[in-house]
Amino acid sequence: MGAIEVKGLSKSFGDLRALDGIDLDIEAGTVYGLLGPNGAGKTTAVRILTTLLLPDEGTATVAGYDVVSQAEQLRHAIGLAGQFAAVDEILTGWENLEMVARLYGFSRAEAARRADGLLERFDLADAGKRQVRTYSGGMKRRLDLAASLVADPQVLFLDEPTTGLDPRSRFALWETIEQLVDGGTTLMLTTQYLEEADHLANRIGVIDHGRVIAEGTADELKAMVGGDVLSFEVANPAQIHAAAAAVADVGSEPPRIELPNHVVVPVSTHVGVITKAVRSLDREGIKLADLAIRRPSLDDVFMTLTGHHAEEENGNGATGGRPGRKRRRQ
Amino acid sequence: MTAEVAIANRNTRDRSIRRVVSDAIVMTKRNVLKYPRIPTLLVFSTIQPIMFVLLFTYVFGGAIQVQAVNYVDFLLPGIFVQAAIFGSTQTGVGLAEDMKKGLIERYRSLPMSRSAVLIGRTTTDGLRNLFVVWLMTVVGYLVGFRFAGSLIQSGTAIVIAVLFGYSFSWISAWIGMTVNDVETAQVAGFVWIFPLTFASSAFVPVASMPGWLQGFTKANPVTVTVDTIRALVLDTPVTPHIWYSLAWITGIVVVFVPLAVRAYRRAV
Repeated sequence: MGAIEVKGLSKSFGDLRALDGIDLDIEAGTVYGLLGPNGAGKTTAVRILTTLLLPDEGTATVAGYDVVSQAEQLRHAIGLAGQFAAVDEILTGWENLEMVARLYGFSRAEAARRADGLLERFDLADAGKRQVRTYSGGMKRRLDLAASLVADPQVLFLDEPTTGLDPRSRFALWETIEQLVDGGTTLMLTTQYLEEADHLANRIGVIDHGRVIAEGTADELKAMVGGDVLSFEVANPAQIHAAAAAVADVGSEPPRIELPNHVVVPVSTHVGVITKAVRSLDREGIKLADLAIRRPSLDDVFMTLTGHHAEEENGNGATGGRPGRKRRRQ
Repeated sequence: MTAEVAIANRNTRDRSIRRVVSDAIVMTKRNVLKYPRIPTLLVFSTIQPIMFVLLFTYVFGGAIQVQAVNYVDFLLPGIFVQAAIFGSTQTGVGLAEDMKKGLIERYRSLPMSRSAVLIGRTTTDGLRNLFVVWLMTVVGYLVGFRFAGSLIQSGTAIVIAVLFGYSFSWISAWIGMTVNDVETAQVAGFVWIFPLTFASSAFVPVASMPGWLQGFTKANPVTVTVDTIRALVLDTPVTPHIWYSLAWITGIVVVFVPLAVRAYRRAV
């Protein structure tokens, strides 16, 4: 039996069909990434699976418990960390964890033992005596994650666990999540970042307008979008066509020009590609503003599967949205 | 029903009642800790009621005619009730804040009692009201107020004020869980409290109001409760006022506890 089984799950808010009949079958002990832009239905799915919302149609079980008729038992078996670090700023880190443990029904002594253990495990032992309002954003997220693990849940839900974190805190949180998963917990996480799903999940479901439009391993999804690309920007837009011609035989397919100054070359291997491209461009006297081999982004996945952009939230994105359009990395 | 099933049912019920109580205690403790940790919060929630005592005693008091008693003795029972129901509006604001921070979402995903978050919140505000009413008594004594009745009458007066505020906390909880926004909870929780408090016997004798208003004022639960407390404070006959007060308190709790819990279960 799967840790999470979902059949034909639908939910509407007024005219908005937030979930439009999704099916999921998630094996125990695996990590499932639900990948999609804002408003795709990720959070609605998590809220139904954690008994915060009732579905309109369809059925779902988590750890073998029905989300509607066995909600009480189900809550004993799960942990949830939502989109905001749901921790009390006035309490200390230790008090937050002890409180959640008490609310799971543990005795005072057991709750204290669990709070101590989790603080240690999440590298918050010293900070545990301080009020949470003195914590950094990354520390609050770690504490929030610790709170979701108080009862050693069979199934853990993380709704956009790294949204709003700077890249360094994000990578640190990834490490923490990887360690959890090694312990055998079934994890369902939602994210807007392909890189995050790729890094953490065994299987990924791409969700858009309340439907799962593609499902598979990260490699399977990337094969669908067509692999890595060499992408560069020329310093002088007038040279763009000359630049495309210069790298015509570098990649596995002909170069694509994205005006005004951006060239994208699909590649099948990384070996020697950059050297070859730079040499050809240099021979033609073309100056570059930027050059990199990059993996397909969520936006590429969406362009391929749906024909529209993911409209991902701007911010501290690890994949940074569509290169050349939003923030550029140096 | 066999005996075993009956016993099993009773055990589950006992356990669930114990669960409500223990979860509610955890939540109350969490809310109460806020006061020693942010002392300014308590300071500011007491300044307003103190100001009311001083303003009404020294600014309006001279112009308001009451029969046979000092105005300050007439006023303090009104101030008790006013302070308690103004304080109760914080229940909804506090819950809306917890909702905004995602805390309610976390609580709802835990296998805890469905009513404990609300009981914890209203209990905390009840305890704060008890403190505020005690403080009003102290300030009142400084400006000439005296309880005329026995210790039991005086204690009962304070308990009635706090219980009345507690019942209003449940209305506020329902508003807070329904409007889903801190600022709206603040406004929506307060706007109807004003006419209810001022169009009552709290600050002026009902007989001084125009006839059309007196009908509303006499039926107003604030009037009923102020009259009860006033009778206890001035040592005059407390029946039948006290029965009306207790009926209002019970009625509000019976209606608004289920409404607030239902709103909590649906809130996201």
